[in-house]
Amino acid sequence: MEVDAPQTPEIDVVHSDIVAAAGPTGSDSGGHGAHEALSDNRYIVIAAILAIVTAAEVAASYIELGPAFIPLLLFMMAFKFYVVVSFFMHLRFDHKVFSFMFYIGLFMALFVYIAALSTFRFWNS
Amino acid sequence: MSETMIDQPTGDGPDVMVESDPDDHGHDAHGGADPTSLGLSNTKLAMWLFLGSECLLFGGLISTYMLYRNRQGTGPGPDQLWDIPFTSASSFVLLMSSLTMVLAVSSAQRKDDRNTKLWLIVTATLGGLFVAGQVYEFTTFYREGLGYTESLFASSFYTLTGFHGVHVSIGIIMLIATMGMIAKNKIVGDKAESVEMVGLYWHFVDVVWIIIFTLVYLIPA
Repeated sequence: MEVDAPQTPEIDVVHSDIVAAAGPTGSDSGGHGAHEALSDNRYIVIAAILAIVTAAEVAASYIELGPAFIPLLLFMMAFKFYVVVSFFMHLRFDHKVFSFMFYIGLFMALFVYIAALSTFRFWNS
Repeated sequence: MSETMIDQPTGDGPDVMVESDPDDHGHDAHGGADPTSLGLSNTKLAMWLFLGSECLLFGGLISTYMLYRNRQGTGPGPDQLWDIPFTSASSFVLLMSSLTMVLAVSSAQRKDDRNTKLWLIVTATLGGLFVAGQVYEFTTFYREGLGYTESLFASSFYTLTGFHGVHVSIGIIMLIATMGMIAKNKIVGDKAESVEMVGLYWHFVDVVWIIIFTLVYLIPA
């Protein structure tokens, strides 16, 4: 019997920053063995970064930042979303079909929002 | 037992010969989960598909809130109600529960049942704290005059955050059930994968809150 096996992930855990810790993308693994590549300490560092970004978000809401306020908040929100999905949910290390299934839902949700917004704002007579 | 030829998808490595049981339905290669034609776990595939559909659910709820957030009528609005320090603390608790969840998954992959159960119960406790905070927040808002049918803003706010709270509560039940099943050794198949599936759901609930916290609480109406 001939079956496709998941690739062995090649994840370099030596680098200090998050992206480096993630290693190469597209290391197709449908199983869960790949996730052992990130050490518990690495997860703690990632959580600390998320906590700092959350603190920055809250601080930004108390500071007068003018027109940069909303784009900055949206950027920090997107960053936190990406980090949790990529590293805690291991999407970065998993097979791309999982990413496709998740992001297609996400983009369809964005489409729903834009469609609803345009209906209320532009097509509401 | 029979020999199985495993074809490496990239072609980087040589074909690997492994021994497998014909009655095992490919469990050897996939850590206990049934493989698909892609060589992936069906369970994981189903969970990601479910999470993709959940994006649509929350996308609709968030869209509705964003459209109605300024329709406050005569009732109180976000400016009078929001307690940002309290909600920030709640968000921090949920964020940290994602850390404890990933540590539970990591322990399960190391087959360390003791730490898996420990991290699962810590995650459930943090989730419980978050839900308790949400119940307190809802009660406070209600006492300040924000009933569910007070305005379109109130209805869309309670529906969105209430749905999220229900998801967190379901997650807590899943965490406790998984912990109990590990304790009684009743998980059929791959234990690590079962913990990972609960983890995916839990992290999803966290990422939804990341969006809600910014769009609902931090960006002014």
